[in-house]
Amino acid sequence: MKLVKVIAVAICMTMLMVGFANAGKDLDSVKKKGYIQAGVNGGVFGFGMPDEKGVWKGLDVDTARAIAAAIFGDADKVKYIPLTAQQRFTALQSGEIDVLTRNATRTLSRETQLGLNFVQVNYYDGQGFMVPKNLGVKSAKELDGATVCVLPGTTTEQNAADFFRTNNMKMNPVVIESTSELAKTFFAGRCDVLTSDASQLAASRSIAPKPSDYIILPERISKEPLAPAVRHGDDQFFDIVNFSVLAMINAEELGITSKNVDEMLKSKNPKIQRFLGVIEGNGKALGLDEKWAYNIVKQVGNYGEVFERNVGVNTKLGLERGLNALWTEGGLMYSPPFK
Amino acid sequence: MSNKLPPDIAQMPSKPPFWRDAEKRAIAFQVVALLVVAFVSYYLYSNTQANLERQSIATGFGFLDKEASFEIGESLIEYSAADTYLRALLVGALNTVKVSFIGITLMIILGTLIGVARLSSNWLISKLAASYIEVMQNIPVLLQLFFWYAIFYESFPPPRQALNPFDGLFLCNRGVIFGVPETHAAHAVMGWAFLAVLIGSVFLSRWAHKRQDLTGKAFPTLRITALAAIGVPLLIWLAYGAPTAMDVPALSGFNFRGGVTVSPEFSALLLGLVIYTSAFVAEIVRAGIQSVGKGQIEAAMAIGLKPGQRLHLVVLPQALRVIIPPLTSQMLNLLKNSSLAIAIGYADFVAVTNTMINQTGQAIEGVALIMLVFLFFSLSTSLFMNWYNKKMKLVER
Repeated sequence: MKLVKVIAVAICMTMLMVGFANAGKDLDSVKKKGYIQAGVNGGVFGFGMPDEKGVWKGLDVDTARAIAAAIFGDADKVKYIPLTAQQRFTALQSGEIDVLTRNATRTLSRETQLGLNFVQVNYYDGQGFMVPKNLGVKSAKELDGATVCVLPGTTTEQNAADFFRTNNMKMNPVVIESTSELAKTFFAGRCDVLTSDASQLAASRSIAPKPSDYIILPERISKEPLAPAVRHGDDQFFDIVNFSVLAMINAEELGITSKNVDEMLKSKNPKIQRFLGVIEGNGKALGLDEKWAYNIVKQVGNYGEVFERNVGVNTKLGLERGLNALWTEGGLMYSPPFK
Repeated sequence: MSNKLPPDIAQMPSKPPFWRDAEKRAIAFQVVALLVVAFVSYYLYSNTQANLERQSIATGFGFLDKEASFEIGESLIEYSAADTYLRALLVGALNTVKVSFIGITLMIILGTLIGVARLSSNWLISKLAASYIEVMQNIPVLLQLFFWYAIFYESFPPPRQALNPFDGLFLCNRGVIFGVPETHAAHAVMGWAFLAVLIGSVFLSRWAHKRQDLTGKAFPTLRITALAAIGVPLLIWLAYGAPTAMDVPALSGFNFRGGVTVSPEFSALLLGLVIYTSAFVAEIVRAGIQSVGKGQIEAAMAIGLKPGQRLHLVVLPQALRVIIPPLTSQMLNLLKNSSLAIAIGYADFVAVTNTMINQTGQAIEGVALIMLVFLFFSLSTSLFMNWYNKKMKLVER
């Protein structure tokens, strides 16, 4: 009997230990693993999707690569986990991923009730409507009674409902879980309208049977600041993720690209010297190697390069910089000083 | 008489030590098991609570009376984005009930037909039924759902070129739209009358059974019920002046207004579930019928029962014993598979809850609600079927 008791107590204790032995800080666990686990979209061309060779490509993917470059000096130390809109926050909360780079809109309730911290916005977006050209619709205000294809579980559903309500119009939603299935349904004519963030509409249109048959209406019915997110509880990791995104913007402001970064090391400009770690200090402050920003620019590029490579006018998406241009060029991208 | 025991028995220990007593040992094991379960659940609960608090995630069901602010495609009750989450969930639950109830009814009818066809002596019919069963059983149901849904949206024309086979009926990629009689006071009365006839028929059939037991005279309950069920509402309709105004759908703007719309999502889900599950039901029905001994049927023939009576009085009561338990599990399967609705955009309970989880972030509460609601539906179904099973048991005399 005694033996049984001892074993029982031992089992209980072990269970308790397992429960309380929570890995201390997110940064420690990331460093221990040797790679970061990033939650990405998996199905949106230009933002997060594997190419035909299985290599992950996209604006959000490059953001995750920048974080890996900052921490490990190697942008390839990322494990991508494709997530649906429903799974993404739970995956981050539960620790299945370290950082969420999956075009998620920063909102008050997500920061507070979901226990997340959003970092610098990496794409300023707004929800729009796409319709077939032959419908003859010129404005979203003419959509009364329309059947609308919507992705579930995002702010998209709510925004669309709000827009139709405020304009005294009726809508008939069709809500399908997978982005690609939803787009197929729309292109087959099940719905009159497809609504999503304008960038996603452009991405969907690029895979339409005849992209030129569809137009994106001019109205933007919501503000969608898309930003990477981490969970509450590790401020140092938050800082690193935040400044990894900002570093790409700052590099563009300073005119540093992946091509000229090695020459820039010899620059006499103290701002550039501080940024690239020639004058030391920033790396130590973040708890990283002094070369962290150099590694980001060298291996991933500055924000402008990343934008043009993934979603810019010369890609299938063909998006203008718009709000995502630098503040000096009329956009919203602005980096605090790196000192 | 002496009550004293012989000395050698009295010396034996009155009780064995408790670990040798099978009964007490069993109790001890039960207590230990209970403690372990209680400990594990307490541990899981407190650990979850602590983790949620640590990450400052809000908990509780308080969000249910907040405004839902999202639209739902189809609903059996009044609903708008201004209603609460609770009402949105109710809409979802009713949609689940709608597709499951109609689905289960059709599944039993189609399954029985195919099961009987499988036993047909006609080679062609029997082989057709067999191939239906083999093909439908072995294609994953999700794939079938996508297939039927694609048929709806790919092959039907857009609403402006809707097919109009006859007046008041339209077929397009927005669904099947047909006219219905305009609401009139007579309809409610007709509905109640129909219900009254059905209830009355239960008593009638009891009385008829009793009379047959006593006198041996049969009474045509079924025919009289059918006649009354059609006749009484018809008389009421005539008494109200035979209102014939129809609510006919008409194209306005993007979609049809008026009439009743059966959406492609609902139709595809219903078709997929019914066709898939009825293949299993067909096999169950076949097994049930084959389990009735040949001698029983021959005996029924020998005492001069008509074919209908043979089926009704001899074969079915015995076959149902075998059919009901596995049939119950197929009913539950259909109910649970209805949650695949989200893949093709039907607003069932799971789909609505998913949206709610995303807007509020209350994942644990949402998933708990999904489990509770499906558990409730499943348990009610199996409770009903167990009652029916008991009723159908062979009465041994």
